[in-house]
Amino acid sequence: MFETFYPILFLVIVATGIALLLIFFSIFFGYRSKQGRKGNPYECGLTPVGTTKDPVPVKFYMVAILFILFDIEVVFLYPWAVISRKLGVFGFVEMLAFVIILLVGYFYILGRGALKWD
Amino acid sequence: MIDYTSAGIDFGLIAPEIALLVTAFVILLISSIRRLNAFPIYIAFIGLVVTLALSIQQWSNQESGFFGMISCDNFGIAFKILFSATSLLVLLLGYRYMIARGIDRPEYSALLLISTMGMMVMANTTDLVVMFLGLEIMSVPLYVMAGFARRSLRSNEAAIKYFMMGAFASAFLLMGIAFVYGASGTTELRRIVADISFISSRHGAYIYAGAALILVGFGFKVAAVPFHSWVPDVYEGAPTPVTAFFSVAPKAAGFAVMLRIFLFGFADLEILSDVFWVLSVLTMSVGNILALRQGNVKRLLAYSSIAHAGYIMVALAVGGEEAVSAAIFYLVAYTIFNLGGFAVVTLLETRSGCRSNFSELPGLAATHPYLSAILALFMLALGGFPPTVGFLGKFYLFAAAIKSGYIWLAVIGVMNSFLSVYYYLRVVKASYFETSDEPFTPVSYTPAIVAVLIITAVGTLGLGFFPQQLLEFSRSAIFAFL
Repeated sequence: MFETFYPILFLVIVATGIALLLIFFSIFFGYRSKQGRKGNPYECGLTPVGTTKDPVPVKFYMVAILFILFDIEVVFLYPWAVISRKLGVFGFVEMLAFVIILLVGYFYILGRGALKWD
Repeated sequence: MIDYTSAGIDFGLIAPEIALLVTAFVILLISSIRRLNAFPIYIAFIGLVVTLALSIQQWSNQESGFFGMISCDNFGIAFKILFSATSLLVLLLGYRYMIARGIDRPEYSALLLISTMGMMVMANTTDLVVMFLGLEIMSVPLYVMAGFARRSLRSNEAAIKYFMMGAFASAFLLMGIAFVYGASGTTELRRIVADISFISSRHGAYIYAGAALILVGFGFKVAAVPFHSWVPDVYEGAPTPVTAFFSVAPKAAGFAVMLRIFLFGFADLEILSDVFWVLSVLTMSVGNILALRQGNVKRLLAYSSIAHAGYIMVALAVGGEEAVSAAIFYLVAYTIFNLGGFAVVTLLETRSGCRSNFSELPGLAATHPYLSAILALFMLALGGFPPTVGFLGKFYLFAAAIKSGYIWLAVIGVMNSFLSVYYYLRVVKASYFETSDEPFTPVSYTPAIVAVLIITAVGTLGLGFFPQQLLEFSRSAIFAFL
């Protein structure tokens, strides 16, 4: 019964091995710095002290929302792609209709200038 | 390969929906190229007339298609006709108001059309998932329309409140559908009906929990009483033509779906009748009592719309063919005279600075005798006075209740109607018998709104005298439903 799980055991061993290997490599060959930004709470470079009311361009929000919309479109494409052979030509045409509906929205966004940055 | 030959792929079944969608897309594409504000209204008008014609042409066509997902029966088609006619009237009555407030954007027409399409999808299916899909297609444009006056704080407030409540209600509804699916293994109402005794004996608790959650979800949409708190603020804050639309179309769509689910799908769950009895009494009583002391006509009409939802719920408590046809009769009648009332309010609010408070009404009768007479007519119809169709609508509803033995429900309904007369007549009194120091700013009529006023006034009076056509319409609408 356990034979079926051997591939998973193998995967665990390989994954652990690679992780340990990388850690050892960085210990032996890595460059270390002990000053400057390294000591900050956020290593990404964000200033930890100061006002939180930094202005952010409102366009980020617009682009983010529009991205979500078209991202969701792709989510719907996946299940269709899995069974597209079964669904045949009709399924293809229906998916085409779905994409065209979203394309209308895309052209509307373009026309209204929602994607213009300045 | 899937066999499509027996699936009933017939685009004739969804021709009105396709017409609406195409019209909305044409408006959006044109408006993205050039901002022409008046032009889209004409396209939307033509599109809606075509939709109305296509819907009427489908009448007495009993078919289901698209793997049983769409069922185009007379019940659904009746609502298709009602929705497209409502949308047409709202488009006409809102045109000048939107210009006067500087919010006549082409997106308004497109959103109106897409929302109408969602309602049609809701009414023309027996599958819970498709119903939910239609509900969302209807609701999302409505949220945007509530906040259409972007610079107005009240409009923004209305949009946020409506969105929050609507999203919350959708979550309840989805959870209910999930429970029903868990109990029965299907979301198709016809299959639930066929197996209901087996399902409720094996998974009784789940089907009841599902029905309760679905009831809460639609209770929000039709503004039944424990779920009504969003109504006054949203109705007051949204632009008035949008409020006119809110007060009739989504309510009719919600009731169409509730009639289908609870009187067809879950008809054998006994306790539902008692639940609707309580909900109905609560809804009409609370709506009417809260309406008594309102100082604003829009808020008053908001509470009155809650009360009217209570009257229609009588049909859900009673059940049976007669009650359903009475509910359809009442929905059509209510749509006509409520839209008429809102048309007058819109006309008054088109003047700058008017917020339709009671203090702004004095002087209306002296300066505009016809308009105030029409306003009085709609108020009498809302109160259920005899020569109007409002009386007949209530009469058929309560008659159906008494015939099925729901005497007390009918008695409470009639008492509520008496109560409501008080505040409807307050509007009449303010416009006829009160005086104000400030002169009454004259209103400016446009052909579109005059057409709406004439159609609704003639409908209110004409159907009151000759209800035969509407009676036959509502009786044949339940064909293939029960």
